[in-house]
Amino acid sequence: MPAEAVARELALYLDAFERTEHSEAQRAAFERFLAAGFPDEHDEDWKFTSLKALARMNFEPADPGYAADAGESGLLAGLPGKTPRMVFVNGFFAPFLSAGSAMLENLRDVQPRYADSSKPFILLNAAFADGGALLRVPARAVVEQPIYFIYLSIPGERATFSTPRNLVVVEEGAQASIVECYLGTGSYFTNALTEISAGDGAVVEHCKIQRESEEAFHISTVWIEQGRDSVVTSRNFAFGGALARTEIVARLDQGSECTLNGLYLADGARHVDTRTTIDHAKPHGTSHELYKGILDGRSSAVFNGKILVRPDAQKTDAKQINKNLVLSEEATINTKPQLEIFADDVRCTHGATVGQLDGESIFYLRSRGIGIEEARRMLIEAFAREIIDGVKAADLREYLGRFL
Amino acid sequence: MGPNGSGKSTLAQVLAGRDTYVVTDGSVTFDGKNLLEMSPEDRARDGVFMAFQYPVEIPGVSNLYFLKAALNQIRKSRELPELDAMDFLNVVKERMKLMEMDQALLNRPVNAGFSGGEKKRNEIFQMAVLEPRLAILDETDSGLDIDALKIVSRGVNALRSPQRSMILVTHYQRLLNYIQPDFVHVLSEGKIVRSGGKELALELEERGYAGLEWETADAR
Repeated sequence: MPAEAVARELALYLDAFERTEHSEAQRAAFERFLAAGFPDEHDEDWKFTSLKALARMNFEPADPGYAADAGESGLLAGLPGKTPRMVFVNGFFAPFLSAGSAMLENLRDVQPRYADSSKPFILLNAAFADGGALLRVPARAVVEQPIYFIYLSIPGERATFSTPRNLVVVEEGAQASIVECYLGTGSYFTNALTEISAGDGAVVEHCKIQRESEEAFHISTVWIEQGRDSVVTSRNFAFGGALARTEIVARLDQGSECTLNGLYLADGARHVDTRTTIDHAKPHGTSHELYKGILDGRSSAVFNGKILVRPDAQKTDAKQINKNLVLSEEATINTKPQLEIFADDVRCTHGATVGQLDGESIFYLRSRGIGIEEARRMLIEAFAREIIDGVKAADLREYLGRFL
Repeated sequence: MGPNGSGKSTLAQVLAGRDTYVVTDGSVTFDGKNLLEMSPEDRARDGVFMAFQYPVEIPGVSNLYFLKAALNQIRKSRELPELDAMDFLNVVKERMKLMEMDQALLNRPVNAGFSGGEKKRNEIFQMAVLEPRLAILDETDSGLDIDALKIVSRGVNALRSPQRSMILVTHYQRLLNYIQPDFVHVLSEGKIVRSGGKELALELEERGYAGLEWETADAR
């Protein structure tokens, strides 16, 4: 890409950056982002996800003034209420929509603690993030009720850009459940970073629900640091966005257990990209990964699941499965399991499937009086249910089921 | 009845509306309606039922949910009110008893992990719940042990009524020890070559299909 073009597509970020004050660390992050620019198809990590449409957009930093409309937007409809929650509108904390908990506070120091700061969208988030959500669960505390981080995007006249930032620290032997939610209307770009630290023996449930608008761009990272014998379960629901990408990185310690499950749905001309890395650094780690995708219309999806087993990580047990249901002729999926194993006493399996609805099953249902559309719907729902049914909270399962 | 490859299952599938078969000639009229112009679901709603030779496993869809959807669709087309959950469960439990099925099966996915015998029993159980007017049982007896065969036969006999026609597709006379047919038709190369009463089945058992003299098109 010629230098001028790079400059043009990054100019708006430069312009926005200069308008407000930033720390030295943010300035350093921003300079690194500018130097690298948006990745293109020559970058192996972005081979199947083109950022050209994103680069053409003319985003403005969000204006806190629109926050007042959020209550009437209807975006929160159906989400389980009566839970501790921090709600942000266009990136700004909206206390009037939030419900507190002693363990929840505004995040002041936004610099990434754990995430790999060489990745462009982590750098971009680090440069712009201004506050965020911090949940700190003290050692041995048990928080049963899920805690919600909700990001609403309601741009005004101009497309907006926001950088949600969450930090979750669950200390030794503690237990917590968190749900991050991204919802919006109109045209905007969400660039989020969530970091989760599970202390030794901690148990953490994480759920990410991405229901961005049909015009939205969503590029986010979930970074999970696991202590010894900790158990982390993440469920990632990618239901919206024109272009949506979520990268999840989990770094395991000795005896850690990690489950990464997810469901992505796409129709129209939408593009959904999921990239996961499970890093087994120490012995006796266990990881299970099951991702399912349903693609219709001219939509496209990418699944890239990397499992890294380092030389020390003997007795690792890692299992990865990616299953895709392709409902139309024009939808495409690129799925790539990537196992890098440097230890010799391990068990690692992976598999990927791409298929259509089963004609025999449809006929069986129809032969019992069930109409063809209903039969198709039942089979699609059955395919997706496996992921939703894993969610513990019944009200959240019910909410997620509505989008099938 | 008829030898392998004579077209028994093809006939059953065509009657049920399987779209992998193309009907090139002839017509199928049931109760004044041309079945061939109807979708499989419309045939089912009009009272056609086929018990599958190889019932399909549908993971993720529970038997209960599936049967309720099917029964309510069929009731709707007959302009009957939908059954509420309690009434539906009562119907289902009674029919399960008839088929000696464990109620735990209701919450399991359709046919998934069922043994061959359980699958066949499940087909007859579905027939008992849906109460069709024309039932085609495609080799429901094959692969059944004697106990399962008795249960399936009892289910079929319990459903016999002047308002209901049944076509049993079978290779073996054994089934007919438990179910007395009104007619026996022998199919060969896609044509009915002999028709008679139950004694025809006994004759077949004794002499085999090869030993049977039948009227071929040439003979006529």
